[in-house]
Amino acid sequence: MAKAAEMIKSIQVLYFAILREQRGLSRESLATAVGTVGELYDELRGKHGFTLGGEHLRAAINDEFMPWNAPLKSGDVVTFIPPVAGG
Amino acid sequence: MFKLSHEPLDPTALKAALANPQAGACVTFEGWVRNHNEGQAVRALEYEAHGSLAEKEGAKILEEARQRFSLVAASCVHRVGTLALGDMAIWIGVTAEHRDAAFAACRYLIDEAKARVPIWKKEHYAGGSSAWINCARREV
Repeated sequence: MAKAAEMIKSIQVLYFAILREQRGLSRESLATAVGTVGELYDELRGKHGFTLGGEHLRAAINDEFMPWNAPLKSGDVVTFIPPVAGG
Repeated sequence: MFKLSHEPLDPTALKAALANPQAGACVTFEGWVRNHNEGQAVRALEYEAHGSLAEKEGAKILEEARQRFSLVAASCVHRVGTLALGDMAIWIGVTAEHRDAAFAACRYLIDEAKARVPIWKKEHYAGGSSAWINCARREV
């Protein structure tokens, strides 16, 4: 059995606010070999030049807030949450 | 309940929905679009939300308030889309038997909503620039 970290996963990513503008998309489907949601952000940041470092973000998987080191599995919908400013 | 609204908020109707003879106190909070921020003249605001996650987190905050304070009811509505100066961005209403719980819960709700609910604010300035608040990036 292949190690989880080496498996290619299909992930959907949703972008909001500053990340949506910097990516130029609201959502995308992608394939990745990374293991955690934080590693996925680093990979995407390297590719798209997001200005916010991961330390400023929260992550959600399938509409649940998750820790930055939460593992990813195929089919997950991931949202990176820039600093919020409601109210 | 916690809701997002694309339409202007109607505080009279929102408050009427809380009417309950068990309540002896009603505290409401309205957040309005201000014409300046950190020395810059603001022309308009844009609010964007992660709809499903915002409503879920908002419901959680309301539930927390109900557990912490002795309330009759609590509700919160946040506007999304483009707002003009003076528009209401958020409305919170809390009813309780007594005023202490109503004031405290209202304060708790606005503070937690601002800190936790996935809603983002972009300010458009008089000079033509704009910025996502708390995201430390100004763009022309």
